[in-house]
Amino acid sequence: MTSTVSASEVLPYGEFLTDEHNAIAEMVRDFATREIAPKAAEVDRNARFPVETFKELGKLDLLGLIVPTEYGGAGSDYRSYAIAVEEIGRACGSTGLSYAAHCSLGTNPIKLFGSEAQKKKYLPKLASGEFIGAWALTEPGTGSDASSQKTTARREGDSWVLNGTKQFITNATHADVNIIMAMTDQSLGRKGISSFIVEKGTPGFYVSKVEKKMGMRGSPTASLTMEDCKIPAENIIGEVGEGYKQALTTLEGGRISIGALALGIAQAAFDAALQYAQQREAFGQPIGKFQLIQGYLADMSTQIQAARLLIYHAAWMKDHGKRVTLEGSQGKLYASEIASRVCNLCVQIHGGYGYIEDFPAERFLRDAKLCEIGEGTSEIQRLLIARQLGL
Amino acid sequence: MKIAVCIKAVPDTETKIQLAADRQNIDFTGVRFITSPYDEFAIEEALKLKEKHGGETTAFCLGGPEATDVLRDALARGLDSAVHVCDASFVQLDPLSTAKVLAAAIADGGFDIVLCGHQGSGTDNSLVPSMLAELLDWPQANIVVKLEVEGGSFKAEREIEGAHEIVQGSLPAVISAQKGLNEPRYPSIKGVMAARRKEIAQKDAAALGLAGKVGSAQATMKIKEMTMPADRPQGRIIDGDVDTAVKALVQLLRSEAQVV
Ligand SMILES: Cc1cc2nc3c(=O)[nH]c(=O)nc-3n(C[C@H](O)[C@H](O)[C@H](O)COP(=O)(O)OP(=O)(O)OC[C@H]3O[C@@H](n4cnc5c(N)ncnc54)[C@H](O)[C@@H]3O)c2cc1C
Repeated sequence: MTSTVSASEVLPYGEFLTDEHNAIAEMVRDFATREIAPKAAEVDRNARFPVETFKELGKLDLLGLIVPTEYGGAGSDYRSYAIAVEEIGRACGSTGLSYAAHCSLGTNPIKLFGSEAQKKKYLPKLASGEFIGAWALTEPGTGSDASSQKTTARREGDSWVLNGTKQFITNATHADVNIIMAMTDQSLGRKGISSFIVEKGTPGFYVSKVEKKMGMRGSPTASLTMEDCKIPAENIIGEVGEGYKQALTTLEGGRISIGALALGIAQAAFDAALQYAQQREAFGQPIGKFQLIQGYLADMSTQIQAARLLIYHAAWMKDHGKRVTLEGSQGKLYASEIASRVCNLCVQIHGGYGYIEDFPAERFLRDAKLCEIGEGTSEIQRLLIARQLGL
Repeated sequence: MKIAVCIKAVPDTETKIQLAADRQNIDFTGVRFITSPYDEFAIEEALKLKEKHGGETTAFCLGGPEATDVLRDALARGLDSAVHVCDASFVQLDPLSTAKVLAAAIADGGFDIVLCGHQGSGTDNSLVPSMLAELLDWPQANIVVKLEVEGGSFKAEREIEGAHEIVQGSLPAVISAQKGLNEPRYPSIKGVMAARRKEIAQKDAAALGLAGKVGSAQATMKIKEMTMPADRPQGRIIDGDVDTAVKALVQLLRSEAQVV
């Protein structure tokens, strides 16, 4: 397998971003700046999921951005989606995370692998915001190593009966549609995993533990427990045993969105740091006149620019029907790691004010850190990249 | 019901304004244009009228290339069609010339109502809506915060000094919108995407029968010079215990600021 795409294969892009992408960027930025950003500090402080924002995102077709038009979505592409996540994440990391989880994890698997009946039943409501989606792979005993999971599903007549606990599930407290990975045949390991749709309110299905988190506090993270939870046989997504493969594809697309989220948070931190550096004075001049601070800001802007190119490059590839196993992981790895660095420097540039709640710098840092963990840790990204290098 | 909305492209309210070298205008290099905020109320009201009464909505924007983006924004919010009124002679128009051009574009369209923002952010003259109504010879209501349209007439609540005034009139009419008239909606993604695919009609001076009739030569008002507002003086901190500080402050508010 070739390790990288040569420059000639991807450059020139032709239209890398079209007028339509730019118009979408402007529209989302305007909405996010006016309606989402002003609430970011409050949702973080109170660990409140801004469900009202989600209803609005539904009305504006943002929840259905990549849902095909025949199912009520906008039928747009992955670059638009990355733009939306970046802009929402820039305004509020938590809202960006819940948005990305709803779209790429809670909705996209139904679009990609669901039956026609499942698509008709769920996609229009997930696109409109009537339903919120969640996707559950991680368990208390296993995250990175998804193949050793313990949740089971057994066939009983016209039903599947699920048992087990999923942990760290974004949107779990509010989700109407939950996609659950479960072992249909433990002896087959990862090939024995299947995925199922479990609706809120199903007997034997409940939210068991809501996490208190370091950051992303406005995005609910909770455990879901199934005790002899019986769902109709038709709620399996795709075929028996396809769950793991589906999960890998789902995460491959999802990583672009987590990268875009990291990018949005990093951009917000950079903007705040630049503004602060121009206003705060020390030793008789704005701190932005000190070369050490200038160096920080120069590095931050360079890293953000590099991350942005990686992310939109991956999104462009995906929009052109290419696999992004390598590019998605590279983008996610790089964007999330520079986001933490950029946010850390944003705190540093703010001095003491960076460490207190009155300024958003400390929130940016807490939020950004998640991007190095969720949807595959940095270590797992490096493993995936190495595998693509033929190692 | 046929509804026209006049919108203006103005510099983004966040723009750091600089004067052009000739000091007769601002320097437009790098300036991002947005829909004048008051026009957003006019657009929203048009959408509401259409939702209630059915019909057709058209946006008109007089301006250079910067008009395209604001017309697309109006289409994205849900207006049906857009007309870009543009001509090489339509530069540095005074308010009366602007009203003449808009009146020519609107007059024969069979419109029942024209909605405008009550002032254009930036120049803030509040002249065009009234002039437009006069040129069309239609009734007008300005600075409107509530509007009802029924049958062939309208009822508008206007903001006046310290009170509200309710006026009634017959259609067609020109209504200028004030903040509070409604809560403008955001464009949706589908709206943004659909707007890219719509045609924006172009009308120039010849099409409007205005060739050689409107332009800077015919302007009745000319800008002689623009100046930047004086720098805001440094803030002052009044020291001392509360009693003396408050006394000193009140003293200064009287003598220096002359506000009490
Ligand atoms: C806020 C939040 C939201 C989340 N949302 C969801 C969600 O919606 N759905 C969902 O299913 N999950 C979700 N997760 C779970 C997340 O995906 C996992 O936490 C993550 O995959 C890591 O798994 P783990 O926590 O079990 O860590 P572990 O897998 O136990 O990893 C611990 C450490 O070991 C390292 N490690 C593990 N294996 C290897 C290896 N082979 N080589 C080198 N290093 C290794 C890891 O990189 C990490 O540093 C969420 C987590 C958080 C914190």
